Amino acid sequence: MRALVVDDSKAMRVILSQILRDLHFEVLDACDGLDAVKKLEGQGPIELALVDWNMPNMKGIDFVRHVREQNLRPEMRIVMVTTETEMDYVQQALTAGADEYVMKPFTKDVILEKLGLIGIQVR
Amino acid sequence: MPISSPDFSFIQTLVRERSAIVLEPGKEYLAESRLAPVARSAGLGGIGELVARLRQEPRGQLTEKVIEAMTTNETSFFRDVHPFEALRTNLLPELMKARGKERTLNVWCAASSSGQEPYTIAMIMRESIPALVEWRLRFIATDISQEMLRRSRDGIYSQLEVNRGLPAKYLVKYFEKRGTDWQIKADLRSMIEFKELNLIQGWPAMPPLDIVFIRNVLIYFDLPTKRTILGRIRQAMHPGGYLFLGGAETTLSIDENFKREQAGPSWCYRL
Repeated sequence: MRALVVDDSKAMRVILSQILRDLHFEVLDACDGLDAVKKLEGQGPIELALVDWNMPNMKGIDFVRHVREQNLRPEMRIVMVTTETEMDYVQQALTAGADEYVMKPFTKDVILEKLGLIGIQVR
Repeated sequence: MPISSPDFSFIQTLVRERSAIVLEPGKEYLAESRLAPVARSAGLGGIGELVARLRQEPRGQLTEKVIEAMTTNETSFFRDVHPFEALRTNLLPELMKARGKERTLNVWCAASSSGQEPYTIAMIMRESIPALVEWRLRFIATDISQEMLRRSRDGIYSQLEVNRGLPAKYLVKYFEKRGTDWQIKADLRSMIEFKELNLIQGWPAMPPLDIVFIRNVLIYFDLPTKRTILGRIRQAMHPGGYLFLGGAETTLSIDENFKREQAGPSWCYRL
């Protein structure tokens, strides 16, 4: 399985990528929403995207809207992984087409449980 | 500092007498990790001082705190997701048919700890039974710990707790933000009666139970106590009811009146 990690923090990309590699994902990463859109081009199936909210160029929420409105990757499950913890943000993400929502800080178990909830069996 | 052998032995006896939970040799680490915060909050220098105080005042409040600390289990929303999936896909549709005329449903969630399990069941019931308000629902959740019952009734959970296993769509639908915490909305809280119950002491009268969750509890008891508890559950259950145990627990070789049945992706026990 392949996954895309989208976060402007290099440290966060490293942490999330390592969690996913431990689960035997092949991992691509992108530093903002625009970079992520480019990374999707010309790639084979990508089952999962973990997407930060606040990033330069294109925010995570705009990336989610773009992907869902353009129906770019119907197979791709999208999980927002963000420091935004207000109810309104969770609602916005779900309305835009995100499948799940993780609030930072998180543990590896949180990611595992959320993947289970969206039908990605990793254990 | 490690717990001394006599102190561990004292805690073993105290916990066994008060809750019937067996702390086996090798569980010293559990006593140390659970009791150090109790000692600290009581202003004591360590577990040695804590046990000395318990010996002096065995009926004091500190003893209650120690029992609570030693009997509280880890829990999270949708923990081991399969039983809840079984409820949603198999059991609730079957029970809705079977009880469609009288429209009564009785649920018991035992050892409910800080409340995530009963609230998970309540959310699934809300989702699965559209006309739930027209049913006579009795939903009882019990725990030995007053502190856990208070937490459960408040229904307030930290960000880390709602991050664990809870689908975001349920967070939006059934919770309200309270500062940095999240609180279960009042109408979901009002579905559940939280009551104190020590499984080895007298049980209150219960309605005939359609669904019983008693997960990761029996594992801590010795065989005669397991047998007694299962026998009492059997008497309290509706003949068509469903019992859920933890993944490492079974009725086999303990109470042969129960039959193990596949329920969707999970196992349950029926009479």
